[in-house]
Amino acid sequence: MDEMKVVDKSLDSDRIEYDTTQFIVIKLGNEQYGIDIQYIDNILRMQNITRVPKVAPYLKGAINLRGEVIPVMSIRQKMGLPADEITKATRIIILKLEQHGMIGIMVDEVKEVVTLNNGEIEKVSYDNKEEKTTFISGIGKEDGNLISLLDLNAVVAEKENA
Amino acid sequence: MDTSQYLEIFLDEAKEHLQNLNTQILDLEQEPENMDTINEIFRAAHSLKGMAGTMGYKRMQTLTHDMENVFSEVRNGNITVQASTIDILFQCLDALEEYVNNIQESADEGTNENEPIIKALNQILNGSSADEPKQEKEEPKKKAEPEKTKKSDEENGKQKWHSIKLDDSEKHVLSEAKSKGMNVYGLSVYIEETCILKAARAFLVFKAVEDYGEIIVSQPSAQDIEDEKFEYEFSLIVVSDQPLEPILKAAKSVSEIQEVVGDVLNIEAGADKENGTEVHKEEGTAVETSPKEVAKGVPQQTATKKENKKSQTAKSTGGKPVVNRTVRVDIEKLDDLMNLVSELIIAKNSLVSQTSTEGTSATSFNEQIEYLESVTTNLHESVMKVRMVPIESVVNKFPRMIRDLQKKLNKKMELYMTGEDTELDRTVVDEIGDPLMHLLRNAADHGLETNEVRKERGKPEIGSIFLDAYQDGNNVVIEVRDDGNGIDAEAVKEKAIERGTITEEQAMKMSDKEIINLLLLPSFSTAKEVTDVSGRGVGLDVVKSKIEALSGEVEVKSKLGEGSTWIIRLPLTLAIIQALMVSIGNEKYAISLGSIQTIEDITPQDIKLVENKEVIHLRGTVIPLIRLNEVLDIESQGSADDNLIVVIVKKGDNLAGLVVDELMGQQEIVIKSLGKYVNKCKIISGATILGDGEVALILDANTLF
Repeated sequence: MDEMKVVDKSLDSDRIEYDTTQFIVIKLGNEQYGIDIQYIDNILRMQNITRVPKVAPYLKGAINLRGEVIPVMSIRQKMGLPADEITKATRIIILKLEQHGMIGIMVDEVKEVVTLNNGEIEKVSYDNKEEKTTFISGIGKEDGNLISLLDLNAVVAEKENA
Repeated sequence: MDTSQYLEIFLDEAKEHLQNLNTQILDLEQEPENMDTINEIFRAAHSLKGMAGTMGYKRMQTLTHDMENVFSEVRNGNITVQASTIDILFQCLDALEEYVNNIQESADEGTNENEPIIKALNQILNGSSADEPKQEKEEPKKKAEPEKTKKSDEENGKQKWHSIKLDDSEKHVLSEAKSKGMNVYGLSVYIEETCILKAARAFLVFKAVEDYGEIIVSQPSAQDIEDEKFEYEFSLIVVSDQPLEPILKAAKSVSEIQEVVGDVLNIEAGADKENGTEVHKEEGTAVETSPKEVAKGVPQQTATKKENKKSQTAKSTGGKPVVNRTVRVDIEKLDDLMNLVSELIIAKNSLVSQTSTEGTSATSFNEQIEYLESVTTNLHESVMKVRMVPIESVVNKFPRMIRDLQKKLNKKMELYMTGEDTELDRTVVDEIGDPLMHLLRNAADHGLETNEVRKERGKPEIGSIFLDAYQDGNNVVIEVRDDGNGIDAEAVKEKAIERGTITEEQAMKMSDKEIINLLLLPSFSTAKEVTDVSGRGVGLDVVKSKIEALSGEVEVKSKLGEGSTWIIRLPLTLAIIQALMVSIGNEKYAISLGSIQTIEDITPQDIKLVENKEVIHLRGTVIPLIRLNEVLDIESQGSADDNLIVVIVKKGDNLAGLVVDELMGQQEIVIKSLGKYVNKCKIISGATILGDGEVALILDANTLF
């Protein structure tokens, strides 16, 4: 993004000096998604979620994290994917977002941490009318794999008539 | 003295004194002759002055001093209290309050000298007692004359108090004292050079002198003396009604004091600041003869310089000190806490010993657990009590406000208050002031009719406003009631339609009560004209949102022509409540014990249908049934033929029956917020964490009505 910074650096150090971002790679179905690591507070194993009535169906309920009650949402349902199948690999990622506070999202699997520099992140084009793309802020390319980078604020934002 | 550490206490006490003065002066207005009140006022004014002086707030000190003088004359019977006096006194209190507020924000009293008020105060003084003090004044002067001549030149050199610089307010205080026949003395105290604890000796001198009079100025400053930042002498200026001799004697009687010189201070000379430098010069020349004096003189000068610098830096760096909110705690409450904590430790210890000894029986273990439980419950209660303060601190300012409103609105009214000792959580008490003020202003401005209208309607000419506070179960109720015109539901309805808040069809269906509740919606003011007091269209909705932020609620009852009542209901605590745990399907919910009336066992035959809604008839009242499993979208386990467990909850005068599957027992729960995601779900007021770490939701029975 901010390439001005590296103008006077030699070519060698460019690679390191490039603004890089670390992402946690998660799986939803067969697709890989990346979550910016700076917004992640914690990753928990699946646990009993207390259902909260009368809320949007993608909100699965609340859990207890060290004495705090934190809402948990199903990112699958939010994105219009088939409902979660809870397996041993299922994790709850606790996100800490400035406007939204703490919230947990359920993911099928947490794979790894990748470091992408800005050159490897491609902005998403918005001519695609599919709803899913609104949750994605960019595509990351890592060793030939494509990782959809989640726009967390969009994911977490409350959806009208959901 | 470094006073910053005392700032909190000062603010607390200053506010207390101001409040006290406010109340007392109101009393005084009613009974201008009451000696007790006058004495009390005098005392409060005096302590306020002392505190302001200690903290170095000169302007505040001057103002309180003048005020105190007025009271002193009132006390001596030289002045009678008139309405105009009271008005000026209130102005004075407002000015003092401004100082205090400034201090709270910036640790600085501000620069408002409030000269008109001081002038007015002095006018009161001079108006009646201008002659008397003058006579008194001459006497001490005569006395002072011969003493002065006695002084040898050598002693004059030692009279370092001549070099004390007085600022305007101090000069003012001194001349004021003089005009009242008090003597002003300058003292210079020399401590033996072998003395180790100079500061302590100086302190004793201070104390001894204070027995006779009041120390106005000291040099070096009291702070520097306390920190031993002085050589072996210091100087004081003292105001006293006693002759000089005993004061000198008292000061000398402190051990390790070498010498005390003193004389009557001629204010005119002392006030002549040009002389100040001259004195220094004289000292310089006198020094030639005795080298010892040089050593004394020089550090003194540097000390004053330092002091000047200090005060300058203090001013420039006077940023915003964060004054922490404090609760004054009754020592008894702390003792209770201490006792409970010791019990807790004992309980822990016996648990430890239980586990270490072999063959622990389950019963004794359970006993210990039960003991622990009772201790923690009591502990919680005590901690809660520590946080509780009477609402007195808030409501006490209202009589004054009503008095001012009375003048402003030109309506006669009276405020009656009960239950000022009702206690609430400190955080709530801090917040409740504004909403109550809104309601009272509203009652005074819109509620009460003008005196003429009242007379026409056959009501007592003087309007009444009532403020009643009382505890009701787990709630505290505060009612603001007036005997005015009440709320005209029709007028509200018209206005609401006109503003598009509701449609005409909606209005047709609404009950008067519902319409009156429209008043609580944002920007809805029915006042025909905006007045200075209220009616700006902000107000009632602010009241509502503020109260709701404190998890309370507002209710209005009104009868046209007879007055209206605003009822504020607030929870006693915000954090921990007693709750009944129930299960519905396989989910657990908590219902606040405060809202539960009874628990009933109902057979299916008892359920009747009214307007297609299920109700039960219980001891003469018809209570609507709410099936929680339907409300909460849970599949109930019970079959249709089983008896129903019904929890009867109340909200105000209304009752409702909640059908649950199973009662799990009473439990103390800690309320946790669910966050904004589930705020939309009104039935759930929060969540709590159970012993096994699971989250259970708290049902807000109030929203089910």
